[in-house]
Amino acid sequence: MTRVSMKVDGVEYEDDVEPRTLLVHHLREQLGKVGTVVGCDTSNCGACTVLMSDPEGRQQGVKSCSVLAVQADGREITTIEGLSGPDRTLHPVQRAFHEAHGLQCGFCTPGMIMAAVDLLQENADPTEDEIREGLEGNLCRCTGYQNIVRAVQEASAEIRQGAQAEPAPPSPRAGEAQTPDDGLPREHVPDETIPQPVP
Amino acid sequence: MIPPSFDYAAPTTVDEAVSTLRDAGEDAKVIAGGQSLLPLLRMRFAAPSTLVDLGGVAELRGVREDGDAIVIGAMVTHADVLRDPLVNAHLPLLAQATSTVADRQVRHRGTFAGSLAHADPAGDLPAVALVLGASMEIAGPGGRRVVPASEFFVDYLESVVAPDEVLVAVRVPKQGAWQGRYEKFNRVAQGWALVGVAALVKRENGTVTAARVGLTNMGSTPLRATAAEEALAGAGDAEAIGAAAARAAEGTRPSDDMLASADYRRHLAGVLTKRAVASLV
Amino acid sequence: MTITEVGSARRRKEDARLITGRTTWTENVTLPGMLHLAILRSPMAHARITSIDVSPALETKGVVAAFSGRDVADVQGALPCAWPVTADMVHPDRPPIAVDEVKFMGEAVAVVAARSRAAALDAIAAIEVDYEPLPAVLDMEAAIADGADLVHADKGTNKGYTWVFDSAEAGTGGDAAAALDGAEVVIKRRYVQQRLIPAFMEPRSVVVDPTGDAYSIWSATQIPHILRFLISVVTGTPEHKVRVIAPDVGGGFGGKLQVTPEELIAFVAAKRLGRPVKYTESRSESLVSAHHGRDVIQDLELAARRDGTVTGLRVKLLANMGAYMGLVGPGVPILGAFMYNAIYKFPAYRFECSGIFTNTTITDAYRGAGRPEATYAIERLMDELAAELGLDPMDVRRRNWIKAEEFPFTTVCGLQYDSGDYDKATDRAMELLGYDELRAEQQRRREAQDPVQLGIGISTYTEMCGLAPSRVLGSLRYGAGGWETASVRMLPTGKVEVVTGTSPHGQGHETAWSQIVADQLGVAFDDVEVLHGDTRTSYKGLDTYGSRSLAVGGIALYNACQKVLDKAKPIAAHMLECDPADLEFTGGQFRVRGNPDGGKSMADCALAVFAAHDLPDGIEPTLDADAVYDPVNFSFPHGTHLCATEVDTETGRVTIRKYVAVDDIGKVINPLIVEGQVHGGIAQGVAQALFEEAVYDADGNLMTGTLVDYTLPTAADLPSFVTDRTESPAPDHPLGTKGVGEAGTIASTPAVVNAIVDALRPMGVNDIAMPCTPERVWRAVQGGAA
Repeated sequence: MTRVSMKVDGVEYEDDVEPRTLLVHHLREQLGKVGTVVGCDTSNCGACTVLMSDPEGRQQGVKSCSVLAVQADGREITTIEGLSGPDRTLHPVQRAFHEAHGLQCGFCTPGMIMAAVDLLQENADPTEDEIREGLEGNLCRCTGYQNIVRAVQEASAEIRQGAQAEPAPPSPRAGEAQTPDDGLPREHVPDETIPQPVP
Repeated sequence: MIPPSFDYAAPTTVDEAVSTLRDAGEDAKVIAGGQSLLPLLRMRFAAPSTLVDLGGVAELRGVREDGDAIVIGAMVTHADVLRDPLVNAHLPLLAQATSTVADRQVRHRGTFAGSLAHADPAGDLPAVALVLGASMEIAGPGGRRVVPASEFFVDYLESVVAPDEVLVAVRVPKQGAWQGRYEKFNRVAQGWALVGVAALVKRENGTVTAARVGLTNMGSTPLRATAAEEALAGAGDAEAIGAAAARAAEGTRPSDDMLASADYRRHLAGVLTKRAVASLV
Repeated sequence: MTITEVGSARRRKEDARLITGRTTWTENVTLPGMLHLAILRSPMAHARITSIDVSPALETKGVVAAFSGRDVADVQGALPCAWPVTADMVHPDRPPIAVDEVKFMGEAVAVVAARSRAAALDAIAAIEVDYEPLPAVLDMEAAIADGADLVHADKGTNKGYTWVFDSAEAGTGGDAAAALDGAEVVIKRRYVQQRLIPAFMEPRSVVVDPTGDAYSIWSATQIPHILRFLISVVTGTPEHKVRVIAPDVGGGFGGKLQVTPEELIAFVAAKRLGRPVKYTESRSESLVSAHHGRDVIQDLELAARRDGTVTGLRVKLLANMGAYMGLVGPGVPILGAFMYNAIYKFPAYRFECSGIFTNTTITDAYRGAGRPEATYAIERLMDELAAELGLDPMDVRRRNWIKAEEFPFTTVCGLQYDSGDYDKATDRAMELLGYDELRAEQQRRREAQDPVQLGIGISTYTEMCGLAPSRVLGSLRYGAGGWETASVRMLPTGKVEVVTGTSPHGQGHETAWSQIVADQLGVAFDDVEVLHGDTRTSYKGLDTYGSRSLAVGGIALYNACQKVLDKAKPIAAHMLECDPADLEFTGGQFRVRGNPDGGKSMADCALAVFAAHDLPDGIEPTLDADAVYDPVNFSFPHGTHLCATEVDTETGRVTIRKYVAVDDIGKVINPLIVEGQVHGGIAQGVAQALFEEAVYDADGNLMTGTLVDYTLPTAADLPSFVTDRTESPAPDHPLGTKGVGEAGTIASTPAVVNAIVDALRPMGVNDIAMPCTPERVWRAVQGGAA
């Protein structure tokens, strides 16, 4: 057993782990962070993506199935469960995934959202191609990626405007766009209450 | 899946790492970023007795300028390479090729030196190191030695780094007047290169005066396309470049496997060489 | 009643728990004292187990139990097949854990239960097994040749069944053989539907908790109700002692429409050990052991006149069943049998399919199940016919397809297509693509001998949704019905609980069902809770597959709402002191006709029945209602998908330049969800055309056993799709909806391949095997040019 300490979603933890323990299993099984999931064994799917600080303290997207818990000793980690604000307001990327219907079964979603957060940290205004390439480490089997790309575009616009509350629509959103090129025909869209994370 | 059990060591100096490896015996393994090793461990394709983690060795971090070369430490990640001003100023080919490696998350953990030490002929960076004339600084129980890239890669997944040695740094000469381009051809974005071509050319008035062409996945090690290199010197138009590039696969014996036939790989080597060189003139 | 919710792009209710990481996947379920299972799997395709010793595993730290197939042979039961398509179908017993012989790579041979997953994985490595290799049967044609090696020696054949439909024999059309004999043109082709892997993102997982004589089973399944029924039957456990819970399930695509060995293994282990157990597969286990899809050889003959009018079609299939018959595997090609004539008025048709055993993982339902194969075949053939005759491929289709005014139309298979307008959808698709401009560009590139050639692919498809009328299923020898159920429960505060027998795993039923109920009962969208996937709350249902949930379950829900309204009406009338006949339900209120004031809402009625102080005499104090709906017909969505591809003739790389989908799925409950289904469906169909294939080597080893080798497309590999809809309401559905789950997958594969072939046809190319990898395309260019 090896002693490791890490800060996860703002809380300091100190635990003994077997050296072979993968970070994702440590998060899920020892710390109860089951929001981060495992979808493969070859680091293709990216479902386990979390942010982890590098030695200089930069938070970067990593696949937590391809990091040993011992390698995360002393690092700071943010999972999907730590992304919401202190009053449980959703992160703009979470909100955009909801608004743009960027998820269906939702299994890839934690990793996809964390990968998108990571991408937008580095490139605040990515093109569609840059988004598609930026998410090449994450697999989704439901959405065909189109609404994921749209969600990242919307989140990017919102983050850049720094407007947390009422973002102006940056591009036609699914459900509101006029033409098929931009989404669906305009139809009645009810006022939406933003969903709150379950405590 | 979960890796088999192993002992874990986290040295803080290169000497300590080397002595730990020596004490742990042949089944010990070095881990840097772990992006190649961890999937192998999870699939239980590898079962090291001890993992020696280089993550805590301060000497292995950082990129520095040393005369006409850039020296990249063993723990420098692909992401570090991509954002490093020295690399971007003096080794644009390395930066461009690195941007094609795997995905963002893997680039955040995986290291340049680790991808060379792993010696996977389908990896993108060995061929790049080869054409750039990189040399590798290796520390072992007997001290340190420097091995040029042309002698570093021994066979499939095998380099000259011995089980009790550590690749400490990679010294890469600045590109100077050489223009570079890496052309990667894969089936899907996550796929390994079926073939990759790293081209460096010098040119004058639109004519290629000298060329170096490195090949990814055209054999059990990265290779130089020497026939194409010679033929490219003096090539002045698209037709001449095409004819010279068509010789890229001469002398290679690429594998014939589920992903691609040897014939197709040879053909791709020519097309990619043509495209890489054409983009530079 | 005013409709406000149905048709609106409601954001999904499901999302809140999924975007925050606060949902329950089966793998998240952890119970006190739970043991973890690991399964040792066969490394060989076909072998006799000459000896097996699990005792070394028992000596490994943390291990509680280990057993082989032989140890549990008497109690493990056999996996069920619910669709014996013929009376004489060969159906070998399939043990969850192999007993004497392994018949495919990845088959379970032994199980370990340990205190941790790591310990269980360490222990299976210690189990000693000796195998005596047997010849592996892999090629379907070789498997049915004389003297072939056998997958099941005791059965004497590798042919599981032969199923025939002939329109002349059925009296639904003419004689295909005669049509072919006298044809002016015959197009004869062989197409191969490669083997695919559903590759849902959530690996399968199962937890079994034995308490007393009852069992609670959590499983990542599409079919909790069917699973409960069959676990009960197979293990001899009384049905009322089995509870199945499908919590949030991470995708299925047909791949979780199965009763799996792993579920039975976990059940047997929990029963044996008297402790809760959990098994979660790794991705590499999933790829080799969860069922595969497609893998069909199609021999096709199309008869036509020189003007392009089709006069007959003959289809002969070899369908790879794998080593055993899956839950509905034998029936998958049969679902396609009725779709080869597609949207066309073929006068004569014959279909023959043989199900073949091989030493491979079983095949079974994968998104579209039979219909993508059929659509691919006919849409490729229509292009080939046009090329043969020098006609425009769209003109040939128009000449043959059913016209809008001809609906309802009875096809050569005897199905009655409900509604549609193929011209309208096609015209819209051509406009969105810029069909004429792209044809002009194609011509320019051809003349310039551009190394990058342009192709346009057409796919005009229909499909049968809403599985299925129970009588039809009975006539096809399917083991169950096709009805669906819904319950609506009015809570005293006016909130509504809906229990559905469908089992969503990404489709957004909680949202769409809430929209339907909100409109029908005049309650707020947010006041509806949809319950599903737990047989304790939803005790009856036939689950989710075959684009059936809305098309069948939606009607059950609608009908249940009508019953609630019927029950509420006399109560409202009583409160309003009027005759029920004078009431109308509008704007969420029962009102006296002509009087806009003083109505009673469903909440008022719900509170009144809760108190029950003052109800009309003889009335039962409840508004709750159940409905079960058995469909009278399938529904038939259709559409036109057009794909423009650029083909790099130097490398063979195919790039989708533009993709247009115009689908007609009838009325739409939620356009956002529909669009998502279309996007995802297209992506899977494109992946069949370009990327995916499960490959076995000559010894029967699965070569694509990880996601490194089984290449799923990422965002970087796919374009954005242009989508639009036309709307031909389903006449048999009170809400006019048809179903959309499989449309994109069915339509897109031939659109892409037709586009590639179209680009290269001047070079003499008339087919490329799927997936159309760069190398295959490059080879076609070489061969064609030679």
